[in-house]
Amino acid sequence: MSKFSKKRGATAPAVSTASLPDIIFMLLFFFMVVTVMKDSTLKVDVIVPNATELQKLEKKSLVSYLYLGKPKDKYREIYGTSTRLQLNDKFASPDDIPLFLEQEKLSVPEQLHPFMTASMRVDKNVTMGVVADVKVALRKANQLKVNYSARPRGD
Amino acid sequence: MAKNSTRNRLSQEVNAGSMADIAFLLLIFFLVTTTIDIDKGITVKLPPWSEEPPDPKKLKTRNVFSVLVNANNELLVRGEPMDPVVLREKTKEFILNPKKMENLSESPTKAIISLKNDRGTKYETYLEVYNELKAAYNEIWEEKSQAKFGKPYEALTTPEKRDVRTGIPMIISEAEPTDFGEES
Repeated sequence: MSKFSKKRGATAPAVSTASLPDIIFMLLFFFMVVTVMKDSTLKVDVIVPNATELQKLEKKSLVSYLYLGKPKDKYREIYGTSTRLQLNDKFASPDDIPLFLEQEKLSVPEQLHPFMTASMRVDKNVTMGVVADVKVALRKANQLKVNYSARPRGD
Repeated sequence: MAKNSTRNRLSQEVNAGSMADIAFLLLIFFLVTTTIDIDKGITVKLPPWSEEPPDPKKLKTRNVFSVLVNANNELLVRGEPMDPVVLREKTKEFILNPKKMENLSESPTKAIISLKNDRGTKYETYLEVYNELKAAYNEIWEEKSQAKFGKPYEALTTPEKRDVRTGIPMIISEAEPTDFGEES
């Protein structure tokens, strides 16, 4: 009994906040490591379709992104509402794809070139005509590994 | 001398109270900029480009599973309209041909899937069809791997996977799209 009474009588010690910065730093480092900075701002609206047979894209540095969709509202006055291709930060035509792929190759060591993938982020309402043109351009540029970006089907 | 001692005392006590605030600030910055979406998609291998049109090889009609998608996003499989929901089952039946039907493929190695779409086909429909065709093969590989190795396909080693895949190779041939219904 004396044990309990003694404990209750003692004043509660203040919670030490000395380790708080350490905890925060730990969280900070976690987020710094997992963060992927957005590399390009989208000028086209892209909502990728849903699919089930998905494969993960392994190495971010080996992936070149091609965006296909309708221009966002603020670009409609200049670029119209038909489907456009975006490479890096600019609107482009399929003729620009070989040069774009060559530029992407420059930042990758030569022995990794066969593993490079073109990720096509295509809006689901785009018609296949534009996609076919891009595919032909990719084939002509000998970029044969292609990934159709899709979202897992949530049902 | 007194000065000296104060200097010593000052350098000994660096105030670390604001450390947490600075760390918080950085933490919030990284929280906001973080995007933890992993990029996923359907990986395909395109055929190399050649200027000459492919020579029309003589293929037996029974070995070709032709899938056509028109500009109205409708499916025509081997001459008959089909709902994309049953495409997966029909494809599996065609490849494996369990009842040894006359009009389905002779063997899985000879089965060829021919996919053709219109320039006006919606990308969503195209990808759905492609997804179903790929799913059919994935399911067949899964079944074969369970029967042969007793393990799911994903758990197999690379040579084992190759072994499964050479028995049932995935051949999806895509023709140049037709041009009937593209919006201008």
